Amino acid sequence: MQLLNTLYVTLPDSYLRLDNDTLRVVDEDKETRLRVPLHHLQAVVCFGHVGLSAGLMHRLAEGGIALVLLDMNGRFKARLEGETTGNVLLRRAQHRALDDPAFTLQAARAIVAGKLRNQRHVLLRGARDTKDETDRQLLARAAKDLAASQRAVPGAADLDTLRGVEGEAARTYFAGLNRLVRADQRAHFTMDGRTRRPPRDRMNALLSFLYAMWMNDCRSACETAGLDPQLGLLHALRPGRAALALDLMEEFRPLADRLALTLVNRAQLSEADFETREGGAVLLCGDARKAVVTAYQERKKDLLTHPLLAESIPVGLVPLVQARLLARHLRGEAAGYVPFQMR
Amino acid sequence: MPTATAEPEDPLPLSALQHWAYCPRQCGLIHLEQAFDDNLHTLRGQAVHRQVDQPGMEMRKGLRIERALPVWHDELGLIGKADAVEFEPDGTPYPVEYKHGSRHKAADIAAADDLQLAAQALCLEAMTGHAVAEGALFYASSKRRRVVPITDALREQVRSSAHAIRAMLRQGVLPPPTTDTRRCPNCSLRDRCQPQAWAALQDTGTAVRVFDVDEPDAPA
Repeated sequence: MQLLNTLYVTLPDSYLRLDNDTLRVVDEDKETRLRVPLHHLQAVVCFGHVGLSAGLMHRLAEGGIALVLLDMNGRFKARLEGETTGNVLLRRAQHRALDDPAFTLQAARAIVAGKLRNQRHVLLRGARDTKDETDRQLLARAAKDLAASQRAVPGAADLDTLRGVEGEAARTYFAGLNRLVRADQRAHFTMDGRTRRPPRDRMNALLSFLYAMWMNDCRSACETAGLDPQLGLLHALRPGRAALALDLMEEFRPLADRLALTLVNRAQLSEADFETREGGAVLLCGDARKAVVTAYQERKKDLLTHPLLAESIPVGLVPLVQARLLARHLRGEAAGYVPFQMR
Repeated sequence: MPTATAEPEDPLPLSALQHWAYCPRQCGLIHLEQAFDDNLHTLRGQAVHRQVDQPGMEMRKGLRIERALPVWHDELGLIGKADAVEFEPDGTPYPVEYKHGSRHKAADIAAADDLQLAAQALCLEAMTGHAVAEGALFYASSKRRRVVPITDALREQVRSSAHAIRAMLRQGVLPPPTTDTRRCPNCSLRDRCQPQAWAALQDTGTAVRVFDVDEPDAPA
């Protein structure tokens, strides 16, 4: 499997054009900043005010290269859709699954189980690595509570109960996450629970930004696997919401959390990289956004062994592997959905 | 599914027979799921087909040759293109199919090529009324022909494969991966097929273990 690159354009007022079979990035002074051969690209993601030529858009659509427009904060705005490549039989299987409450509930349980397992893995690893006895005990305690939540998942009688189990686990987990932040960074990076739309503290702002990037990749993975990204199992259907991509992403959130911790603990981000607006919304600043995007791109190149494939693949391809496994289950080829396990 | 008058089934591409002989699941992925990924081998195959018109391709002298000839068989519901068909002076067609790689492939893999050639022969018989007793495979690396007699056994295999592929398409169920795992590394659809995962997923315990609390608690 080949991990092609995603080009993230964060430079305000830049313009993208087609140059033979190369994408050229021009800045506002008409200076060429970058040339990328199109055959190296699987997606182009533009943040905020970026222009592009119609010729380039045609060529991206033709080559099956995704074009995604986000606002400055990484929130999804639009994407260019080429020809429908999804498979009608698979989409029918998705609709059938949604008409079968027992099937939907069991798949949703597996999705939540995968997320909880990976969250607990993050806390346990932190408990092992910390030198502070108080932190270690609190992390071990939180991991124990998460194990109890894990055990409640298979018996959750309906989706609302399941979401309740997940919500309780999330509170335990995010409280524990504070203990994984380096002691001298805690003053600036402590979370008061998970807050979003807008995030109300620095850690939440960073998590929201990373989740937005994972989300784009999960959505692309659904589409590449031929799945309709809006037909969610755990997440309720809402117009315009990529509920299935959100489902797929659950098990990867702890990976994003770990990257956020790495960035903070290695002091690659500081309090100065965030802006607090009147009223309390917190945003990641421009240059820091670029640093986070770069770190995410590097993380995607890391190799890991996928338990079910028994082979080593880059992190960036795991969403696609999982989307394909989910498609297999929806088609009735696998007895259940098997989420990705962090090691 | 609305079932009014039965819609006539689409004719099967001849390549489906070869895919089926190589691995039924590969055939299902391509013809049921419309999956197609290029890899080194498919790209080589395309390159060979671009060369069909190049000089240096050994064709027999003095015969009329039709290249990229549309062929079909209504009764069997087959459709495709023959790379090259030589016409004997009496009008008997002689199909020549181009393949990348060497003449000395593993016998069972070469058999998939033979099947596709036999299917072309059956189409040509139905189209022209002439009996087609043999054809040839031209292997690009060896630059040599391998003559293939169109035997009764091959003819029967074309019929039974076409029948089996149709049954698969009607059911809409993807077959399991081939048990001959030597074929997987060279398959362009390996990433989609996930043969190793398929094996694990057949174990009923796999879906259940998702809910295990698999890591021990940290010591308090």
